[in-house]
Amino acid sequence: MKNILTAEGITAKYQAENGEITAAEQIDIAIAEGEFVSIVGPSGCGKSTLLSIMAGMLTPSSGRVMIDGELVSGPNAKVGYMLQRDNLLEWRTIYKNVLLGLEIRHALTPENIEYAEGLLKTYGLYEFRDKYPSQLSGGMRQRAALIRTLAVKPEIFLLDEAFSALDYQTRLEVTDDIYSILRREGKTMVMVTHDIPESISMSDRVVVLSGRPAHVRSVHPIEFEKDHLTPLARRDDPHFNQYFSEIWKELRGNEA
Amino acid sequence: MKHSVSTPPGGIAFAPSPLARADISPERRVYLRRIQQERQLIAISRVGLLLLFLFFWELGARQGWIDSFIMSSPSRILKTLFSLADNHIVMHMWVTLYETLTGFTIGAFGGVLLAVLLWQSELLSKVLEPYLVVLNSLPKIALGPVIIIWVGAGTRAIVVMAVAISMIVTVLEMLEGFNSTDPELLKMAQTFGANRRQVFQKIVFPSNISTLFASLKINIGLSLVGVIAGEFLVSKAGLGYLIVYGGQVFQLDLVMTGVIILALMAVVMYRCITLMERLVLNGRKK
Repeated sequence: MKNILTAEGITAKYQAENGEITAAEQIDIAIAEGEFVSIVGPSGCGKSTLLSIMAGMLTPSSGRVMIDGELVSGPNAKVGYMLQRDNLLEWRTIYKNVLLGLEIRHALTPENIEYAEGLLKTYGLYEFRDKYPSQLSGGMRQRAALIRTLAVKPEIFLLDEAFSALDYQTRLEVTDDIYSILRREGKTMVMVTHDIPESISMSDRVVVLSGRPAHVRSVHPIEFEKDHLTPLARRDDPHFNQYFSEIWKELRGNEA
Repeated sequence: MKHSVSTPPGGIAFAPSPLARADISPERRVYLRRIQQERQLIAISRVGLLLLFLFFWELGARQGWIDSFIMSSPSRILKTLFSLADNHIVMHMWVTLYETLTGFTIGAFGGVLLAVLLWQSELLSKVLEPYLVVLNSLPKIALGPVIIIWVGAGTRAIVVMAVAISMIVTVLEMLEGFNSTDPELLKMAQTFGANRRQVFQKIVFPSNISTLFASLKINIGLSLVGVIAGEFLVSKAGLGYLIVYGGQVFQLDLVMTGVIILALMAVVMYRCITLMERLVLNGRKK
């Protein structure tokens, strides 16, 4: 499979009054089309910076990001970004929230609106389209946020600690839900998280970063005997704990 | 939304009282009754306090406990109110209202516009910050003489005074609101490639509707303060003028009447803004 996103020699420094901070150093990552890659690392190691660079929202100090063979130099239409919280606008209906991305990109064409409405129908939110976010459950709000991003038809989804603002039980359910939707839509996904079980339960590969300045410590392909397990089912698989202890030890090794 | 189920505040009058329902527990009944009684007590006490105050004021004046020549009395105020035509009170009211609303409008629009400008440019807002702080704490009434010389004694000076008093607060309030917009929402908009103008239109401004109305409520009161202060200094008409005039000719009935009308005007204008707020908020939610 061809690589859809490559990060080559990414180094990110940022300047603060009390000194220069190197968030990431010489990071190389290649992500194949349709793949789900998780990036885990100790908190504050610069994972989120890396993700922002991949999205074109930050410019690296050196190195480059290529998407579909094109150099990324600014917010990219092929990239969808999901943050910790759903960030739905409380003063807009679900319908108007879902169209926000298209609105910002000046892409409110009849075809795109129809596509967004289709997504609302497919994922069970159409009858809630005139409700306000506060009238929906946490899981439904996440779905709405996902549809808002899907509506602009990105090829790559970047998940920045997504869902981590939810309580544990809701989070497990939402993870299952969003995961299956994104798989069905055939998207490439890159997730940044500090939650090892979450990364194992969703990914094809887990990239372990070191503490700051972050560099790639190791890459773990995650394979289960049965294909296409849902994140919840994966958690029950005997291999799950094996992967967990491997990655856990490596992260621990970082701190020592 | 038409089909959403919500009980409007004060909707108890239309719905059957919860106390009438048979299926509630005795504890709940006691609790509901206590709340209802407390509300009634507050409402009755409020009106009672006013009536008591008016009663003793009137009684004191009639019994000669207080000098009604300097303290006036409710009945004398009423008489002054009813002889409106002689005192041109309605005309004075209109003048003050017109000046206040003009000052308010200019202060509000100008203030919000300046806040937007300062939000746009972080550098500008940092440069101007100490000046804004000084301007904000400076008693603007001190500028009265200067304003009169600059724009001439008359309505214009009064409006400028109202604007001077109300605008800076609006700028500071709104800027504070704009700057404390949830950064996660801003980032969300940026992930879709929103530019600064879009971020403002779609996120920052709508996030700050309640800040806007909070500052309008302060603004209307301050505009009135500015107008009265201005009228004290220069005017030939208006409630401020009437009050000063009443004081000079020792017609304290007129002064008291002026103050009471002023209080009523302030309440009505404040209510209008609350009403507008409710309309706007209801318009976009439920």
